[in-house]
Amino acid sequence: MSEIIKKNLSEIIDLIKKKEIKSEELANLYIDKVNKSKKLNSYITTCFEHTIQQSKEFDKKPNLNSLLPGVPLAVKDLFCTNGFKTTAGSKMLENFIPQYESTVTENLWKEGAILLGKLNCDEYAMGSSNETSYFGNVINPIAKDTVPGGSSGGSASALAADLTPATIGTDTGGSIRQPASFTGTVGLKPTYGLCSRWGIVAFASSLDQAGPMTKSVKDCSIMLEAMAGFDNKDSTSIEKKKENYSKNLKTNIKGLKIGIPKEYRVENMPKEIDELWNKGKSILKDLGADIIDISLPHTKYALPTYYIVAPAEASSNLARYDGVKYGYRSSKGNDLIEMYENTRSEGFGDEVKRRILIGTYVLSSGYYDAYYLKAQKVRQLIKKDFDENFGKVDAILTPSTPSSAFKIGEKTNDPISMYLNDIFTVPVNLAGLPAISVPAGLDKKGYPLGLQLIGKTLDEQNILNVAYAFEKNCNFKNELKNWWL
Amino acid sequence: MSIDKDKIKHISKLARISIDSKKSDSLAKDLTSIFKFIEQLNELNTDKVEPLSSILNTPLRSREDQINDGKIRDKILENSPKKNEEFFVVPKVIE
Repeated sequence: MSEIIKKNLSEIIDLIKKKEIKSEELANLYIDKVNKSKKLNSYITTCFEHTIQQSKEFDKKPNLNSLLPGVPLAVKDLFCTNGFKTTAGSKMLENFIPQYESTVTENLWKEGAILLGKLNCDEYAMGSSNETSYFGNVINPIAKDTVPGGSSGGSASALAADLTPATIGTDTGGSIRQPASFTGTVGLKPTYGLCSRWGIVAFASSLDQAGPMTKSVKDCSIMLEAMAGFDNKDSTSIEKKKENYSKNLKTNIKGLKIGIPKEYRVENMPKEIDELWNKGKSILKDLGADIIDISLPHTKYALPTYYIVAPAEASSNLARYDGVKYGYRSSKGNDLIEMYENTRSEGFGDEVKRRILIGTYVLSSGYYDAYYLKAQKVRQLIKKDFDENFGKVDAILTPSTPSSAFKIGEKTNDPISMYLNDIFTVPVNLAGLPAISVPAGLDKKGYPLGLQLIGKTLDEQNILNVAYAFEKNCNFKNELKNWWL
Repeated sequence: MSIDKDKIKHISKLARISIDSKKSDSLAKDLTSIFKFIEQLNELNTDKVEPLSSILNTPLRSREDQINDGKIRDKILENSPKKNEEFFVVPKVIE
């Protein structure tokens, strides 16, 4: 197996720019390994004819000034790709072929990237282990029978296994950062509104954000630069100038104030995670940062708030799947209503149905104030916690997840224990803030663990810098044994 | 809040999802535990808190009401599970 595909995205880009490898050769290296890695089940769809044809075209007239020159990339199967199946991990969209392209993927292709395929994910991005996908479990390349996290589980697995040099996911409550932590990779959820939501299969519109998943912080800055930007087609897109995250990346974090929120030290958290958090603090302190204890008093209410807001928005977004205009349609039912009911019963999986029912209930007549309005008020308090502290600190350091990757089937019978996976990631989505998960160490089993850096609104450059400095001084290594080949 | 089978029947009707009666017991159990979890919010007094309706500080943009695409009928029909010439086909609605 070639050593080239083990390299980081930035190194691969350098090879292409120096003309040491052609786009087509690179594409063939990935295609070869994807074909041999079916056991991981990280891809739902491949489009290798398209990949080769596009890479040949690139090689004929290479534009080496673009950010991702001739780089083959696979993306989460939640991004609509014109002419290529987009399933959202659901039976409902098993045969759906979008007639348009999502803005974020369009931005990647404009920068020279080439589609390799579509990556497995939890159904409609609802899950934390990739076990809700209609297309089957994804395996974490760190160990057999281990989940890669979710919902961007296929993305994390493919990235860690060198089946794509970088990728993109979506993060509604932790779906980029938790799988990044479980696979020893880097994942960033941008500020709400930085990346366009246009053409992404919707889950919870006030929380959904697309973001990069990469092997290094530098790669992450390149991908974010390529995908971000104002889009008229998304009414919540932020109008601002494009930033050069990769060019402005620096390791000097002297004098930066890093907050440590005491509420993130939760009950029953493994000792290793606490130790890792301390290691993170001391690395940043050694680099000249000031470590400051802070309090985010409403942290414990973030998950309960999320499990009202997200299902409510999902029940509304997923009302469109009625078997009429696109998607699955049941052949059973005597009239229109029965057709709807059977279509939605057969087309959605259990977790999606569960969340639609919760959402329908909390929005239903007589219960709206008690649940949805209450949650919107608590969401305000959670946002205020962050606002008040960002007067005192420049970034916040926390663990990314309360555990390392778990076994397939370990949490499927208890929805609450599954939901608790996102305890450290959800508050950020509710407050619309940017956050990055960086690999920080291994636990006793040798499974990776990540630390999370939370930034102010639109302060992506700052958390990228802190993560970059941290990465350079942490010496994290995650040697995979390629056991699945 | 405890969710029983009758409540499941009511919500699933609203959500237009038919639920197999064999599954509705375990679903009721799951939803009851989830509602118990989210009802932790009742510990907080939020009488004087404004609900957060948008995470952005700016109001939603509006645009001129102009046609900027069109002639995409065939594209829109492309993915329909059942069509007849240029129409979506659904089960009979009127007698």
